[in-house]
Amino acid sequence: MAEIIRLRKGLDIRLLGTPAKEITQVEAAGQYALCPDDFTGVTPKPVVKEQQKVKAGEALFIDKNNPEVKFVSPVSGEVVAVNRGARRKVMSIVVKPDAEQSYVEFGTKSVQSLSGEEVKKALMEAGLFGFLRQRPYDVIANPNDTPRGIFVSAFDSKPLAPDFEFVLQGNELDFQTGLSALAKIAPTTLGISAKQTNPTLTQAKNADVYAFKGAHPAGNVGVQINHISPVNKGEVVWTLDPEVVIFIGRLFNKGVVDMTRVIAVAGEEIAKPSYAKVLVGASLASILDGRLNRNEHIRIINGNVLTGVKASKEDFLGAFANMVTVIPEGDDVNEFMGWIAPRFGHFSVSRSFFSWMCCKKQFSIDARIKGSERHMIMSNEYDKVFPMDIFPEYLIKAIITGNIDKMEAYGIYEVAPEDFALCEFVDSSKLELQRIVREGLNNLRAEMA
Amino acid sequence: MSLRNYLDKIRPNFDEGGKLHAFRSLYEGFESFLYVPNTTAKNGVNIHDSFDSKRMMIMVVIALCPALLFGMYNVGYQNYALAGMLDQATFWNKFWFGFLAVLPRLIVSYVVGLAIEFTVAQWKHEEIQEGYLVSGFIIPLIVPATCPLWILAVAVAFSVIFAKEIFGGTGMNFLNVALITRAFIFFAYPSVISGDSVWVVDHTICGLGANLDGMTAATALGTASTTAAAPAFTMDMVWGFIPGSVGETSVIAIALGALLLLYTGIASWKTMLSVFIGGIAMAVVYNQWGPDNAMAAMPWYEHICVGGFCFGAVFMATDPVTSARTECGKWIYGLLIGAMAITIRVMNPGYPEGMMLAILLMNCFAPLIDYCVVQKNVNRRASRLVKK
Repeated sequence: MAEIIRLRKGLDIRLLGTPAKEITQVEAAGQYALCPDDFTGVTPKPVVKEQQKVKAGEALFIDKNNPEVKFVSPVSGEVVAVNRGARRKVMSIVVKPDAEQSYVEFGTKSVQSLSGEEVKKALMEAGLFGFLRQRPYDVIANPNDTPRGIFVSAFDSKPLAPDFEFVLQGNELDFQTGLSALAKIAPTTLGISAKQTNPTLTQAKNADVYAFKGAHPAGNVGVQINHISPVNKGEVVWTLDPEVVIFIGRLFNKGVVDMTRVIAVAGEEIAKPSYAKVLVGASLASILDGRLNRNEHIRIINGNVLTGVKASKEDFLGAFANMVTVIPEGDDVNEFMGWIAPRFGHFSVSRSFFSWMCCKKQFSIDARIKGSERHMIMSNEYDKVFPMDIFPEYLIKAIITGNIDKMEAYGIYEVAPEDFALCEFVDSSKLELQRIVREGLNNLRAEMA
Repeated sequence: MSLRNYLDKIRPNFDEGGKLHAFRSLYEGFESFLYVPNTTAKNGVNIHDSFDSKRMMIMVVIALCPALLFGMYNVGYQNYALAGMLDQATFWNKFWFGFLAVLPRLIVSYVVGLAIEFTVAQWKHEEIQEGYLVSGFIIPLIVPATCPLWILAVAVAFSVIFAKEIFGGTGMNFLNVALITRAFIFFAYPSVISGDSVWVVDHTICGLGANLDGMTAATALGTASTTAAAPAFTMDMVWGFIPGSVGETSVIAIALGALLLLYTGIASWKTMLSVFIGGIAMAVVYNQWGPDNAMAAMPWYEHICVGGFCFGAVFMATDPVTSARTECGKWIYGLLIGAMAITIRVMNPGYPEGMMLAILLMNCFAPLIDYCVVQKNVNRRASRLVKK
């Protein structure tokens, strides 16, 4: 049995709209798109033009700084739009799928016979390398680095997140192949939840398995790395989502890029929260049509409530999104004298509310900030939900003041914005911590380049 | 909702170019006071905890209410007691007398402090910060009920501007604003906050109370610092029927506030507990080995019951902004406050109230304590790199 690491800090936000463990059929989307912004740290350069025909697995854009890192189309069809934003920045490349799908054949390969370099090359060719992220900086991995290790977290502890054991059903073989392929590049570590029992996870081959027990953010790969072997200055580790391990396995087992994934469609405003089998980049309208409780005053989130981005039905499923959440927006709510009213039914970590009394209840939480931004007042708020050997408050202050030496000393190389999501949720000063950390990482990366 | 509609209707007057633009911060302050802002998250997390700084501050104000209400009653009680008219006065006589004595100080504190807050908020194009709700409530509680209003106004203005606003407002100040007010009065106008003649209101108010011609009552600490023997411990020191600053006398009323603060987790139990531990330990040390004076001989339980020890430990030392922010730092910070308060009382008879100076001193040292705690983490990270 894997070593069990128990985390005492953290918080499970009990949100309404847990997905039922069944797959609801979703019609094929009319359009698919890849948004370069999903791949943090990439300078996109489109390699297709409008009206051009592409196959599934053919590059749509490449990274200007590392042209061998390609980002490929999830479907075969016709490029209908290369959308650009301010200063001609590429916002999305939209593909209209063919009725009959055709794939670029990469050829099946036996992972055992490949070297690390060959695996890397295969991933770059097939456009899956772009799904690997690196610490420090939490950006897309650089193929020229030699990582100290590769870390995969096989469970997502964020609110309403999909159960990976359910997602894994039928993909066990591909998952193991993916892990074996990654192990060729660098020693691979798999972080599982102590509750998971699927032998593909608990007895995974070619990977060190650690089990984590505790509330969110136990499933965050950054937290797991911090407890297994923290990232030091000068070191690089790669991280990836477990679904991507399945994509990698499929590439070697079937010889094609098949980015079909099972996502959760959850949240209070979804009529029947459940799972759906979709392709990366599917239009959100195809996933959500007919499933929403109402069409106004709702917030559609590409991803989960903590790290996901606000989206609309016209947007496309994010490259890293393992779920779509729909919650009330709350812009039509006017709460009278909220500072003194008892406000039953509100979720809070503070005992000045009464949510701690109803320990089993699920709560309706809308997108309101419920306060306004202040300087940091309360101490120790972040620490309670930040299970890493880091002083989050001091790191944030170092980032705000732009003090590079202090950022390094306080451990910025070990963190990603998502690690601060829970801090941002509980923060009574309502600071935008994830944005602050992202800017800090970007500045540091520019400084170190 | 008609009030909501009315607020929306008058809003354009306060926007840029509106004729009441100069009062924008006032409008926003009142709007967010009446309704929870319904602005929604634009980036970052999509959901937020319902707890915010307004709620936090109001919890502290609620926690202070028992001390204020008892303080009002005690102001009346002391007046009637000194006049020897206790048996003629009803409960409400005493309370209303104290109410009328304390209320002007509360109003002056809020009006002066909030006026500065509103002005600065308007000037900096920021929202009004709630921090002064608590400071403004504490200030009348830590001065004698006889404190002249103009002195209070000057002291409040000084501390809000020079202890808080010049550093950037609530959350950026390193000294406790309420204590700076008291310290300002203490050093600039010592005669209104020390000695024997300031602790009991000596004239009638609206026909209530009695005129006390030249009759005075010293505080327990005042007596202990000037005479050979400290006053004997009585239960009045616990209940609070002793002369002193308005809110500091009743251990029971302060304990009620402490319970709320600890229960809601707004004050750190570590800071609070360690102040008491530090104070008790130091008092015991002076009992055994201290100099030969009444203050050193005072038993520990009397030390914590008299003067501002309890009030300081519960409401001032735990101010999250000016206290140590690391968990380990809170223990050190609290222990040193407790020890320092008793030391100042014992070693320096000129300043019988050691709590104020002890907390202000440790406010200055809190960043250093935190630095040392954080540096341990930094060193651990650095040593990881060396080991490689």
